[in-house]
Amino acid sequence: MNVNQSAPPVPPFGQPQPVYPGYHQSNYGGQPGSTAPPTPYGAYNGPVPGFQQTPPQGVSRAPPSSGAPPASTAQAPCGQATYGQFGPGDIQNGPSSTVQMQRLPGSQPFGSPLAPVVSQSSVLQPYGPSLTSAEVTAQLAGMQISGAVAPAPPASGLGYGTPTSLASASGSFPNSGLYGSYPQGQAPPLSHAHGHPGVQPPQRSVPPQASSFIPPASGGPRMPSMTGPLLPGQGFGGLPVSQPNHVSSPPPQALPHGTQMTGPPGPPPPMHSPQQPGYQLQQNGSFGPARGPQPSYGSPYPGAPTFGSQPGPPQPLPPKRLDPDAIPSPIQVIEDDRNNRGSEPFVTGVRGQVPPLVTTNFLVKDQGNASPRYIRCTSYNIPCTSDMAKQAQVPLAAVIKPLARLPPEEASPYVVDHGESGPLRCNRCKAYMCPFMQFIEGGRRFQCCFCSCINDVPPQYFQHLDHTGKRVDAYDRPELSLGSYEFLATVDYCKNNKFPSSPAFIFMIDVSYNAIRTGLVRLLCEELKSLLDFLPREGRAEESAIRVGFVTYNKVLHFYNVKSSLAQPQMMVVSDVADMFVPLLDGFLVNVNESRAVITSLLDQIPEMFADTRETETVFAPVIQAGMEALKAAECAGKLFLFHTSLPIAEAPGKLKNRDDRKLINTDKEKTLFQPQTGAYQTLAKECVAQGCCVDLFLFPNQYVDVATLSVVPQLTGGSIYKYACFQVENDQERFLSDLRRDVQKIVGFDAVMRVRTSTGIRAVDFFGAFYMSNTTDVELAGLDGDKTVTVEFKHDDRLNEESGALLQCALLYTSCAGQRRLRIHNLALNCCTQLADLYRNCETDTLINYMAKFAYRGVLNSPVKTVRDTLITQCAQILACYRKNCASPSSAGQLILPECMKLLPVYLNCVLKSDVLQPGAEVTTDDRAYVRQLVTSMDVAETNIFFYPRLLPLTKSPIESTTEPPAVRASEERLSNGDIYLLENGLNLFLWVGASVQQGVVQSLFNVSSFSQISSGLSVLPVLDNPLSTKVRGLIDSLRAQRSRYMKLIVVKQEDKLEMLFKHFLVEDKSLSGGASYVDFLCHMHKEIRQLLS
Amino acid sequence: MATYQEFIQQNEERDGVRFSWNVWPSSRLEATRMVVPLACLLTPLKGRPDLPPVQYEPVLCSRPTCKAVLNPLCQVDYRAKLWACNFCFQRNQFPPAYAGISEVNQPAELMPQFSTIEYVIQRGAPSPLIFLYVVDTCLEEDDLQALKESLQMSLSLLPPDALVGLITFGRMVQVHELSCEGISKSYVFRGTKDLTAKQIQDMLGLTKPAMPMQQARPAQPQEHPFVSSRFLQPVHKIDMNFTDLLGELQRDPWPVTQGKRPLRSTGVALSIAVGLLEGTFPNTGARIMLFTGGPPTQGPGMVVGDELKIPIRSWHDIEKDNTRFMKKATKHYEMLANRAAANGHCIDIYACALDQTGLLEMKCCTNLTGGYMVMGDSFNTSLFKQTFQRIFSKDFHGDFQMAFGAALEVKTSRELKIAGAIGPCVSLKVKGPCVSENELGIGGTSQWKICGLDPTSTLGVYFEVVNQHNAPIPQGGRGAIQFVTQYQHSSTQRRIRVTTIARNWADAQSQLRHIEAAFDQEAAAVLMARLGVFRAESEEGPDVLRWLDRQLIRLCQKFGQYNKEDPASFRLSDSFSLYPQFMFHLRRSPFLQVFNNSPDESSYYRHHFARQDLTQSLIMIQPVLYSYSFHGPPEPVLLDSSSILADRILLMDTFFQIVIYLGETIAQWRKAGYQDMPEYENFKHLLQAPLDDAQEILQVRFPMPRYINTEHGGSQARFLLSKVNPSQTHNNLYAWGQETGAPILTDDVSLQVFMDHLKKLAVSSAC
Repeated sequence: MNVNQSAPPVPPFGQPQPVYPGYHQSNYGGQPGSTAPPTPYGAYNGPVPGFQQTPPQGVSRAPPSSGAPPASTAQAPCGQATYGQFGPGDIQNGPSSTVQMQRLPGSQPFGSPLAPVVSQSSVLQPYGPSLTSAEVTAQLAGMQISGAVAPAPPASGLGYGTPTSLASASGSFPNSGLYGSYPQGQAPPLSHAHGHPGVQPPQRSVPPQASSFIPPASGGPRMPSMTGPLLPGQGFGGLPVSQPNHVSSPPPQALPHGTQMTGPPGPPPPMHSPQQPGYQLQQNGSFGPARGPQPSYGSPYPGAPTFGSQPGPPQPLPPKRLDPDAIPSPIQVIEDDRNNRGSEPFVTGVRGQVPPLVTTNFLVKDQGNASPRYIRCTSYNIPCTSDMAKQAQVPLAAVIKPLARLPPEEASPYVVDHGESGPLRCNRCKAYMCPFMQFIEGGRRFQCCFCSCINDVPPQYFQHLDHTGKRVDAYDRPELSLGSYEFLATVDYCKNNKFPSSPAFIFMIDVSYNAIRTGLVRLLCEELKSLLDFLPREGRAEESAIRVGFVTYNKVLHFYNVKSSLAQPQMMVVSDVADMFVPLLDGFLVNVNESRAVITSLLDQIPEMFADTRETETVFAPVIQAGMEALKAAECAGKLFLFHTSLPIAEAPGKLKNRDDRKLINTDKEKTLFQPQTGAYQTLAKECVAQGCCVDLFLFPNQYVDVATLSVVPQLTGGSIYKYACFQVENDQERFLSDLRRDVQKIVGFDAVMRVRTSTGIRAVDFFGAFYMSNTTDVELAGLDGDKTVTVEFKHDDRLNEESGALLQCALLYTSCAGQRRLRIHNLALNCCTQLADLYRNCETDTLINYMAKFAYRGVLNSPVKTVRDTLITQCAQILACYRKNCASPSSAGQLILPECMKLLPVYLNCVLKSDVLQPGAEVTTDDRAYVRQLVTSMDVAETNIFFYPRLLPLTKSPIESTTEPPAVRASEERLSNGDIYLLENGLNLFLWVGASVQQGVVQSLFNVSSFSQISSGLSVLPVLDNPLSTKVRGLIDSLRAQRSRYMKLIVVKQEDKLEMLFKHFLVEDKSLSGGASYVDFLCHMHKEIRQLLS
Repeated sequence: MATYQEFIQQNEERDGVRFSWNVWPSSRLEATRMVVPLACLLTPLKGRPDLPPVQYEPVLCSRPTCKAVLNPLCQVDYRAKLWACNFCFQRNQFPPAYAGISEVNQPAELMPQFSTIEYVIQRGAPSPLIFLYVVDTCLEEDDLQALKESLQMSLSLLPPDALVGLITFGRMVQVHELSCEGISKSYVFRGTKDLTAKQIQDMLGLTKPAMPMQQARPAQPQEHPFVSSRFLQPVHKIDMNFTDLLGELQRDPWPVTQGKRPLRSTGVALSIAVGLLEGTFPNTGARIMLFTGGPPTQGPGMVVGDELKIPIRSWHDIEKDNTRFMKKATKHYEMLANRAAANGHCIDIYACALDQTGLLEMKCCTNLTGGYMVMGDSFNTSLFKQTFQRIFSKDFHGDFQMAFGAALEVKTSRELKIAGAIGPCVSLKVKGPCVSENELGIGGTSQWKICGLDPTSTLGVYFEVVNQHNAPIPQGGRGAIQFVTQYQHSSTQRRIRVTTIARNWADAQSQLRHIEAAFDQEAAAVLMARLGVFRAESEEGPDVLRWLDRQLIRLCQKFGQYNKEDPASFRLSDSFSLYPQFMFHLRRSPFLQVFNNSPDESSYYRHHFARQDLTQSLIMIQPVLYSYSFHGPPEPVLLDSSSILADRILLMDTFFQIVIYLGETIAQWRKAGYQDMPEYENFKHLLQAPLDDAQEILQVRFPMPRYINTEHGGSQARFLLSKVNPSQTHNNLYAWGQETGAPILTDDVSLQVFMDHLKKLAVSSAC
């Protein structure tokens, strides 16, 4: 069988494979692994608990893998077929140590080749039976290996377990080899012996791979090259598949079901059921769990093809489960990346480098390419042809954050002034001068790197070239040496050929009954008095150039004349909301310092004036219209801050009606809930954009306000939306004020146009984010701040050249907050590949998820949610199937083989699928969904990452003295121990979960109450107590808040409390109440999809 | 009864009524042959300091179609306590309160001297006076300053409980809220958009605010004052605020580029003012006072575009039908005027500018509502300041001489029917049995609304005799007319003034002499002039003149004594002798001649002609000319060029202008400074005399006339020269070189020529 094949080369493979294991553990383990190896065993054997603890497991596993090595080696050879096997075996074995080696380079490349594998249930069965400590270890080994190997083993295991099934399955597939490996894990004795050795050897048989592998394994850098070979090596991937192999057991099943093997299927199921039970037990114990998942697989199969069905089908399901620890762990991946890449600066000089993960803290050195803080791509290796791209289905997208804030250690982009003639550009494609432009003819001309046009160098810009053809002054000029820089724009770049005047902020405050009653108006006016001193200013300017204006409104609008010469402010009421206009000319927009007395007087009076209001109706569109008209009259760009409370039902343009209808959910009409009620807002937004009027909306709804419609203008003008449901000053003041301060103070560019130019061959075709587009190429942003991201999708329109790569240039023309017109340029060079494996090896899952989420969230506007979800699943399956087919070595279809770089794709995608927008729970309001949908649209990669997969931090696990953030745990209820306290954050929410049996001392020192029962549920502030724990926790909360662009309100959740439901919603690896699949279930489903595609 | 002259005067003083005929022809046919219709000039609120109002309500005839008020002409059966209506002959029971009446104990309304009586109605809450200032801010700085001062001053003249409001306008219209401390609040409207009353009220929050459910309790009565009080506040409460507010008024801040007129939203401002009052104080006396310094240039009611190079319409344009905005604008203001009138609010227009301001289009606002129209060159002139101040003048009771929301009802005995009325009124469209089919002026009704009136406001009321020739009226029969004017007195009381008059019938065939003798040629001239001016508003000028001429000729034919075809034999009796002369001057007056007048001026003149009483009207038709000399006391002289002598000082009063003209010699003397020499003190006195007399006129005249002090050869002498009868012109050389006057350079016919023609036509049998 496979075994045979796998034999020789294995070892090297194994190394790569380790990656695989890494998923589970091996990789990780791998890294840590070296150390781990020994322990794992013990751990394994002994107590399951060890497993559960992710880190330890990793370690422990690693060892097993190491132990496995032989097997792996054996497997490895098996080649593709054996991947699974290899993977597991090899990886684990060699890997543990090698892995570490590979790490840097390897992690990614390897990763790509290697796919995490999920074994299917069938495997479990075998395991089930055989479980013993020894077996366990074996399994572990297998598992880890499985990264690659494991899968195989399971198969084998199955086979072993059930001769028949195994036979059939294994026989037909390489898996058998794997099985062999499995056996180790599963049916320890059998599998081990057989599986590993047997399987591996045969697999490994693939010599070239092996060889190639080996090198890679050893040399991280080679990774790429590896890939080349990898293809065969994909076997590697295959190896990873091995994990699936673990699943190996499943393979058999799968085979039967998914594949042709109908016959077999029959048997397996039964087999499963019987075995499974046993399994579980074991799982619980230790491995059992690992196998557990497999069973679940099985279940899906039999159960129902579809995802949803899963839950239902099988009794078996619940009982049988994949070992959560055996499937790729986001935590582990993040942790590894931090450890590996966090220490050294990321130097952007080399084309096509994959940057560290967004979760990793790293410094960037700009040496010609834009920092990943500005641009991240789904892949840094672009297929040369559109055919390839179509085959892979990996979206080619860049997530661009043109005004991203940089850490203080990194310099903000240099400003270049090219004088009166303006920035130097290519005559044909208008690309801006950048480091990739090729100077020729002794420096007299340059060839455009985007369109190849040859341009003359203007005399004032002439410079000689050195012997390498580089301009002598290349390093003196940011535009010739850096990835990101700014040009000063000339008057040609300005509206109406006039330099812009300084922008304005207009505060537009709802003063209807609701706003007054909640105390919002008073709070806001009080805050504005001091906040106005902190308007954004450029550089070290003495005072902000931004002028301010004030409007209040309910059913009518009140403008205020706060001219400095006035003794008291003047209020001008405009009731003609149908035909809005600005009633005053000067005195509306004023310099804060000059008019301070009048403004203060005004802000003092506003709450008083409306204290007795009985007006409950509000208007909305006219308010925006008014602000826009005011800016138009003042001939400047600016930003409106709208503070709004209710559905605008007053008779006026943009009047809305309550159309919230939960009955529409899961129907074809659900999309209407996301669509604006009326087209009026689009028209309005268009006018706003033309005027450079950005709208930030703060909502304080008590009930349905139709966020979907109200958000249209902020969305299209590059603004932000903040929503504070059921606002109460006592509870929400901190959050609101913090958001407000941040929003007012942040640097913002106005009246911006962004254009993404690409070198010949690809083309930006689609854009996602908060902006408006009047044509197909220019992204128009009335306002743009450092939090806003634009995701751009590229498509081929020609063949790309491996040598020249692909270039992106993002040019943003904007007006700074001091009123200066500038161009910010970001350049990024990407590699091009002819091998799919290169593509998979240079992907970034986080970015991919960012793109896919945005794509899906836009999709719900036009298609039923179910269609959107299916599309996502299909695409994901296609991506993985393509990998499996083209990059991974052949292996049992029962193996799930994931590319290293994408091994988290399923878990993350599942999170997207079960997010509120795509699968709303009963408690999620229509407004919430629209709100989230809108938020996600302009999120950057880091934000989507944390948003979809929240961070769960145990607070009392690590010693109090440690100053570092405690290591996160996976977002699953299983990971919570009731004696502990956890912090969960997703960028919007912050929960403090208190286990029921937390030590009294801890309760006392955190909450200042004597017992768990006395902690008031729903608490939003921790008492300030002077003890190390309290200080630490509060410090941690503060630091978490500081990392996010929005203030996260804390909610204390007690175990078993009713609020816990809310909290559990964020445990995204678990099955959700709304029907979202658990990670494990989804993985099984994904596997099934892939198999269907492959067959 | 002595002479008709005295009779007429008596009647005028007592009842404020002057009839064209004081003995009425008894049949329809004869009446029409009289040429001048049976009509009267009625001054409803003629000052009657001797007439104390009675503090009860009038007794009405019980017939629903009649409802005439008990009056001295009614037959009373004291025993049965019954009275017979003298209009419909219905017999009515006296109300219980009259139980004690007898021949010796009569209520005032039955006494003959109380043919005019005023009742005070006690019902209903007194409503305050309301003044809503609508102020143009597109003025020159000093103009605006002067206007602000005038307005601030006016606050001190208002009764403390009067409500005031302020609307300012320029490019936009602002309605100022007056009750705010610490912040000044105003509602702003686009100046280009016509809004319905409902919209305006919604936007000003005058409709009942939608309250949150839990607070829906507050009672209605509290609601009303609250709402309206935001814009209209008692003077005593917001005196200081209002003064400050006015003080802080700035010129319209929107830039006006070269070659443009400022954008002025007069149409919308007025519309909002009308809407505001309509919503808050319907059927309560209120005065909208529009102060404008230029033509409306945008929005509904715009009169001219903002391009300076396109001038405002002239009579020439109007004749050529070359006016883009006139019709639309007129329609807009008419609509506003009618709405205001329907609610009893009157609109004043104070237009001060060197160019036209669109009075032509806006005239109906004042004409239909009884408001004032004042035209001046600048707000910074005494003409405006004093005129404005005079509006707030008070009578000897300390009450304003203005009344609001009056409704005039006319009842006639059966031989008569009502043909119409001409004056500052609108029809209430009440058809009754006594309404004629034939309309003269505003007809088809027996009731009119006069939203603003003062003691001089005078209407012309026209009647038709309907008694048939074959139904003779018994000897000594009298026809009766009753005028019932309900109005809101400035003391906020509601009052009813009832005037009942009776005149004898006479058979025109047998008693023509009587009728002739009872002709009131002054009243007749004014009444005919009103008809003519009324026609001129809608007809071509020449047609009106022809009509007037034909009427005059027919009258002369009817009442002149002459031999056929012998002009020289033509004589008119005393009671007709002046009439042709009035007609001559009327033909030349600015009311019928538009030459040399802008459309605005014509509108202005006509406005005043249609509301002034008989005396003033006559002055307008035929200005008075006084001559001052060393030869004796000042004497009235002929309005003739022959009166312009070198050694005379002339004082001419045309109502709109007071002209003092120094003859050639006098002017030379003055130039030589004789008046400063003690020995020529009499010369100084002579110079001073007309000035003093002019002052006297200026003191009482409303509006303040333009005061012109000129001399022989002065450019302003044209005001005099254009008025006098051109008996000496460059054409009739006989006057050349003589000391007897000054030739007038005109082709106009002189009175003599006019008369010659008249005689010729009157005696000719051709017509």
